[in-house]
Amino acid sequence: MIATAPPLALQAPQLMTTPPLLTMTGVSRRYGDVVALRDVSATVYPGEVLGIVGESGSGKSTLLRMMNLEDMPDAGDYRLALPDLPGNLFDLDRFARRMLCATRIGIVYQNPHLGLLMKHTSSGNVAERLLIAGERSFAALRGRAREALDASEFPLDRMDARPLELSGGMQQRVQLAKAIALEPVLLLLDEPTTGLDVSVQALVLDTLKRLQRDRAMTIVIVSHDLGVIRTMADRVMVMRRGRVVEQGLADQIFQDPQHDYTQQLVHAKL
Amino acid sequence: MIPVLEVQDLAKHFQMHHLGQKLHAFDSINFTLQAGEFLLLRGPNGVGKSTLLRTLYRSYLPRAGHIWYHTTEGRIDLATAADVDIALLRRREIGFVTQFLIARPRVAAEDIVAEPLRRAGMPAHEALGEARRWLAEFGVKRDLWRAYPTTFSGGEQQKVNLARALILPQRLLLLDEPTASLDAGARAALIRRLADLKAAGVAMIGVFHHPGDVAGLIDRKIELTAQEVSEDVAV
Repeated sequence: MIATAPPLALQAPQLMTTPPLLTMTGVSRRYGDVVALRDVSATVYPGEVLGIVGESGSGKSTLLRMMNLEDMPDAGDYRLALPDLPGNLFDLDRFARRMLCATRIGIVYQNPHLGLLMKHTSSGNVAERLLIAGERSFAALRGRAREALDASEFPLDRMDARPLELSGGMQQRVQLAKAIALEPVLLLLDEPTTGLDVSVQALVLDTLKRLQRDRAMTIVIVSHDLGVIRTMADRVMVMRRGRVVEQGLADQIFQDPQHDYTQQLVHAKL
Repeated sequence: MIPVLEVQDLAKHFQMHHLGQKLHAFDSINFTLQAGEFLLLRGPNGVGKSTLLRTLYRSYLPRAGHIWYHTTEGRIDLATAADVDIALLRRREIGFVTQFLIARPRVAAEDIVAEPLRRAGMPAHEALGEARRWLAEFGVKRDLWRAYPTTFSGGEQQKVNLARALILPQRLLLLDEPTASLDAGARAALIRRLADLKAAGVAMIGVFHHPGDVAGLIDRKIELTAQEVSEDVAV
């Protein structure tokens, strides 16, 4: 290891006058002796794509689950710029958390079993989201499910197939349709293309990019795959052992990584 | 007159942890750039011309110094501005033109070119019309407009790239050898476009392998000279 002259410290935003959509401050979480997150802070601005990279055990997926309020931290503050929910979202009761996740946040997991009922129809999986939000008309449910599946570039002639019968890429499209059906303010992607064939992966990423561009969606994407992050993200956060070691504009992180660990990651990429 | 850019004592080196080494790029760069001015960076290969451009664009983080950029709302130091501010300026005011296109799977040439206009809020059909006009101007054949550039030849990709990079007038343009390997027709279109942008007040800083290509546009030159290449640092 060598002594590193600290890079110039960056200033607070001056030109960006819109407040961040997502602000997380000082989030820490231990599981027994394992420290999963140490004092992690993050901000995401409206319409921005934040990429989080790191190897297994870096805490990146734990952080994403916190953003989806699936897990509570030992300490920390989490806010979304929603007029009806001004406080720390970690303080909400279980019911309010569940409603918030169902109606305002969408998530796509690496493992489709986590996001989908495998034996229900694909359209039913998407409609379930709408039911939670209070939609009761069968025609409206089916119409909106169809719309969301179409936007996710899912072949509509298969909308009544069960996820069980679908390929991995198609399962991810159903998850995506479910995630965007209610036009969430925040879309969370947890290794959404990991495990797919390379060509299928490219198509799913392309769909995600297209949706992001057309709807100016705010996205947080977690991946160990730098290629995925490079394709998707405007800004990148690098995590290791539960800490953020470096963050910056995506091109800067890839072209001029500052931290020893980020340099290893970038140089190890094929 | 308030300049567009004031660069003061700008320095850059790369810290390469696995080698335990600092790679020196440049020290104490100073210059001022006015609206409508075209500044040529000169110097032998490897002297840091492209590195300077990338540092101004913040793809590289400066080590010291200031890059004062004057906006309508006052000045901001690009050397230390927040990442989101840099991203915002890149969308609206500061462009970077290279010879390389980052093609994406299943995005048509005309959509790639129209994207900066769409992001700036132009309606889709209008942006598409503009995109087609620029593809034609740079000599991309009509049957390729709706095709995916991932499969294009290098020369055709470069034309798509230039059309995209220059479609939205910026206040400051950084040009990294944009004429390399262009055919004569596209080169002429590029120079026409740069001359129009310059006349409209766009400030430009460029690196050109054959500066003769843009001879008529150049107002000033900066000569970068070789400095010590690397220095060992304490392990």
